Amino acid sequence: MMDFMKRFARNRGALLGLLILIVVVLLAVFAPLLFPQSPWKMVQRPFLPPFAADGLPLGTDTLGRNVAAGLVHGARVSLIVGLVSTAVALLIGVPLGALAGFYGGWVDEGAMRFTEFFQTIPSFALAIVLVAILEPHLTSITLAIAIVSWPPVARLVRAEVMSLRGREFVDAARLAGLSNLRILFGHILPNAMSPIIVMASLMVATAILLESSLSFLGLGDPNIMSWGYMIGAARTVIRTAWWLSFIPGVAILLTVLALNLIGEGLNDALNPRLARKGR
Amino acid sequence: MTLLAAILTRAAKAAITLLLIVVLNFFLIHAAPGDPAAVMAGENGAADQIYIDQLRERFGLDQPLYVQFYKYVGGVLQLDLGYSYRQQMPVLDLILDRLPATLLLTLTAFGMSLLLGIVFGLAAAARVGRWSDSAITGMALLFYATPLYWVALMAVLLFSVQLNWLPAFGYETVGAGYTGFAMVLDRLEHLVLPALTLGLFFMAVYLRMTRSSVLEVSQMDFVKTARAKGLAEGIIRRRHILRNALLPVVTLAGLQAGQLVGGAVLTETVFAWPGIGRLMFDSLTARDYNTLLGVFLVSAAMVILFNIVTDIVYRLIDPRIAAGGAA
Repeated sequence: MMDFMKRFARNRGALLGLLILIVVVLLAVFAPLLFPQSPWKMVQRPFLPPFAADGLPLGTDTLGRNVAAGLVHGARVSLIVGLVSTAVALLIGVPLGALAGFYGGWVDEGAMRFTEFFQTIPSFALAIVLVAILEPHLTSITLAIAIVSWPPVARLVRAEVMSLRGREFVDAARLAGLSNLRILFGHILPNAMSPIIVMASLMVATAILLESSLSFLGLGDPNIMSWGYMIGAARTVIRTAWWLSFIPGVAILLTVLALNLIGEGLNDALNPRLARKGR
Repeated sequence: MTLLAAILTRAAKAAITLLLIVVLNFFLIHAAPGDPAAVMAGENGAADQIYIDQLRERFGLDQPLYVQFYKYVGGVLQLDLGYSYRQQMPVLDLILDRLPATLLLTLTAFGMSLLLGIVFGLAAAARVGRWSDSAITGMALLFYATPLYWVALMAVLLFSVQLNWLPAFGYETVGAGYTGFAMVLDRLEHLVLPALTLGLFFMAVYLRMTRSSVLEVSQMDFVKTARAKGLAEGIIRRRHILRNALLPVVTLAGLQAGQLVGGAVLTETVFAWPGIGRLMFDSLTARDYNTLLGVFLVSAAMVILFNIVTDIVYRLIDPRIAAGGAA
């Protein structure tokens, strides 16, 4: 553990990422305290540029809503959707990949064909169709993102389990009379955690990008302020009020960059012998 | 396995996948909210029950689900993707009308991102650890984290609004009536920004893949052998490292093509590019589910086709696979 912390801390990019992420998380957590009013409420005349009025550091949008409040409340949606959809994707991908890798044979064949099918379908298009048909809602958005992002998890876990199942500690567990499922979930999977953790941190980043793209297209939850929605709503006024699209974009960029940097840092710290794999 | 047999197996697999997507599509259409007959009646300005029932009968919506399923799959097999009540046109005609624009955009973006990604990736790998490597990988990291549609908007802001160098939207200058070379030039001008913004994210992906692939291959024993027997560094780089490092990049790039189609929805929306991505966005806002799912099916088919082509190219470049190596 100490080794891991040391190696992670030696990576300056990862530390920077962690710092940015902590700020975003704090803003999201304390959003109701920082901006108690709803981010949808009109507070001033529209199109106020940043720093033009007291208490509105980032100005107002096309309808006179507080941009800073929208940004902070939007952070909550991004993080929640990112985390929950990644968790759901892991819940689908990890067991499927583990069973495929452990049992092999027709279980593997079936699971992999299923995974390949989902990998073939263009993921963003599928997410659009799913959200449109289930009606845009926080739940449907999260679910759609999870459905398009689990296949790589299944493939990764399968490969890890396949390489671990022939090792001595598995033979030892089998000699001790443990059941297959206990060997798989109690002994093999814990040893495959590092790459799963790395992949998960990168998946949160991708999920945030996906969520913002969906809300940009108007497929966000209509009751929740999000970064993608803010950019989408400001798109038509880009010539006159460019900062309205610019600011939320920077927020997305920084958050996603932070998560990617952390992912790379985790990768280097958890798998010190492996070269960095570009993704 | 001979090349022909491999291609046939691959094509059969693709056909099964496509059929499954058609099935999925059918169920998605039926899960779509709202009664299509009521929507149609509303479109035509009359919503009384008798008219709705008539419509339902005419389009077979009163039939049991399995009959509708049978009809739908049969229709798709005959290239009938249903009717867009919004646009008063068969969905397939709508799509075919828009397909060339999307192909032009995505293929340009794909070629450009692959080329730039490989060039920059090689440059970074050759200077590993130095500041130019850090600059290139830093740039890739930045593009990798940027929302595609936001880059597009910022590009419009910079190159169209501020600098006035390139057109901000559309496929051609409306009403200019260019012909011949002037027309090609006009189209190219319109293509630059959409293709560039769509390609940047993927360039970052390919760049990172190329860099790590080259670094991995450089560590391998056959490279050490080549060096030990005194081959010139240039030859080692070109013949030993480059060839082996680029194979996985090309394969993975082909598999990424699906993401490119998704990205086209965003790019075409921002640039009002008249392709199927824009059609998808329009059908979203118009709640035109037949068109939405038609575009979905066609884009999935495009991706499958592209994957087959990549697979064949891969087999042609790498003789080891044809000789029965790992598939």
